[in-house]
Amino acid sequence: MFFKRTASEKLNDALLQRNMANLKSKFVDGRARAILEIEDWEEIRTHAAALRDRTLANLDAYLVEFERNAVRRGAQVHWAETAEDACRIAVEIARANGVRKVTKSKSMVSEEVNLNERLEEAGIPVVETDLGEYILQLAHEPPSHIVAPAIHKSKEQVADLFEQAHHRPRITEIPALTREAREALREHFLTADMGITGANFVIAETGTTLTVTNEGNADMVTTIPRIHCVITGVEKVIPTLEDFATLIRLLPRSAIGQTIANYLTLTTGIRGRGELDGPEQMHVILVDAGRTRFVGTDMQVMLRCIRCGACMNHCPVYQNIGGHAYGWVYPGPMGSVLTPVYVGIENAGDLPNAATFCGECQVVCPVKIPLPDLMRKLRERQFDAKQRPFGERAALNGWSFLARRPRLYAAFTRIASRMGAWMGGRDRLIHRLPGIDGWTKGRDMPAPAGKTFRELYRKRASASRPTSRGERAP
Amino acid sequence: MKVGLFVTCLVDLVRPGIGFATLQLLEEAGCEVVVPQAQTCCGQPGYNSGAREVSQALARKVLAEFRDCDYVVAPSGSCSGQVKVHYVEDLFRDAPDRAEFERLAARWYELSEFLVDVLKIDRVPATIEGEVTYHDSCSGLRELGVKAQPRALLRKAGARIHEMNECEKCCGFGGTFSVKLGDISTRMAANKCENIRKTGVRTIAGGDLGCLLNIEGRLRREGDMETRVAHFAELIAGES
Repeated sequence: MFFKRTASEKLNDALLQRNMANLKSKFVDGRARAILEIEDWEEIRTHAAALRDRTLANLDAYLVEFERNAVRRGAQVHWAETAEDACRIAVEIARANGVRKVTKSKSMVSEEVNLNERLEEAGIPVVETDLGEYILQLAHEPPSHIVAPAIHKSKEQVADLFEQAHHRPRITEIPALTREAREALREHFLTADMGITGANFVIAETGTTLTVTNEGNADMVTTIPRIHCVITGVEKVIPTLEDFATLIRLLPRSAIGQTIANYLTLTTGIRGRGELDGPEQMHVILVDAGRTRFVGTDMQVMLRCIRCGACMNHCPVYQNIGGHAYGWVYPGPMGSVLTPVYVGIENAGDLPNAATFCGECQVVCPVKIPLPDLMRKLRERQFDAKQRPFGERAALNGWSFLARRPRLYAAFTRIASRMGAWMGGRDRLIHRLPGIDGWTKGRDMPAPAGKTFRELYRKRASASRPTSRGERAP
Repeated sequence: MKVGLFVTCLVDLVRPGIGFATLQLLEEAGCEVVVPQAQTCCGQPGYNSGAREVSQALARKVLAEFRDCDYVVAPSGSCSGQVKVHYVEDLFRDAPDRAEFERLAARWYELSEFLVDVLKIDRVPATIEGEVTYHDSCSGLRELGVKAQPRALLRKAGARIHEMNECEKCCGFGGTFSVKLGDISTRMAANKCENIRKTGVRTIAGGDLGCLLNIEGRLRREGDMETRVAHFAELIAGES
């Protein structure tokens, strides 16, 4: 019950609640404006969904094609079946090359596999260079959003962190804070000997890895250090550059309401002969860590995900509790599907239930992932494995038993209606009802009318000639 | 034209007046309305809680009960979405009798859709004075595209629609979600009530009783005993 308890704490965290208000004005309104620029938005979504499906249907072939082309350009491709494998490979690369410092641009896969921790255990310092990730590294916190990792923090909180870390006078203006971070990061950019990035996509036909950022930090991380290491999920492969052209129309608009991202960093192989920049070594770690558990199942569509975060931005549950309540790196609706499959449904608790099925996530998803349907499938697995609380299962089974037996059902509702009306008292409101205190803790329950529609209708029908609309509820 | 009325389990149990208002609207529009007496529930609570087999059994029961109706009408976007979308696209997608569910879905309508798009009624019995604010329930809106129809009906009765901020945002009901994750659900309801309060309108209408109970329950707990929370059918059918 981690989710339920943490979510309730987050609801009472006044500062978090204030900080989360930014989400809507920035991302929700921004997206709404940005998609108006594209006349055939819906067609592009359909096309993108189909393109992702086609790729996923031939995932193995495209991955091998990517490997062949990346290797042709001098990169080394590593296959990591587990999170553990991914970390081990990265640490080995760093050790083999005497790496003394790593700079990183944002990578959710690295968060997922706990890469920073493992590198630091091996004595290799890691510096996050995405501003949000940098803030969280100072705060020793995980991201609460996949695109805007520090969305839960106010500029005042950032000012406190910077004052402590940079030993400079406290400033609170955002441009000044940003400048201070740049100055602090500059030295690290210049002295790191290994750069680690994630990849928004990897392109099979060219062997390219591709990173979308707004701060340009990925360029610094990929070009300055002598080693560039990419860590990304196996589902990120797309066949061609042209496919990227389609997806990039959707990604920044869906993510942050921007027409284009500020920087698209395409890296293909190592520094070539006669070239002035690029790393001496390039490594690509392709991580499975649970992804292939989706392949070939009725939940394979989840792998279409291009990590834009629109589902969480628009989710009324996420909007009210933020990302940390979800307990792992992927929050919001996409997390409620990914986490249970990655970490095991038996460890997922309430996550598949953390949705009203309002459907907003599905409507905004740029690759049309039917997130509510996927969460429902997970609920089915939990129900079948008897992983939900006894009371909940008993209530459901009781309801189902009655609903299939109309006469019993009629008798039951007859009594329930009368009891409810009696409990409602004079103001016709039930203030407390054991069994549904989740409801009555913060809301009254408007009381039933005292007679069911069924009873009243039968009475009306038995009157020979109804002169009025029939008996009405008070 | 024989129209089956699917009352919905919530209306049957909690607010039968909505069922009678629906009945009246259909009859006054010239429909021959039948109300199968064995009907209970469309199966959505079980379906959304992972109890798939039970929800299939209830769906077959619904199918059998309304087999000989030209149309079926429900005063709920949520139950209608269950029948029109989820029976067909999920529960019976690969079933041998899928076609039967497709036929049921094709003649099944949410009430405002039926009155406006099929019957094309040009007047409603009641007169509404003043302003109404309308909460769009999620399933009706996003699964069925119900948006303009209930507003059109309220306007025919003379109401002015004063839109609240975020009228399309979920109120937090979500069926069993409202009990399972009550704190989050309550917060979402409180946000909705805040948006309602900002309009200054004293009548809020919607098309799904679950949402209405949630909103009303929160308003009352906050001490607002005045604002009327009503199904649009009650408002346009007349006195209640």
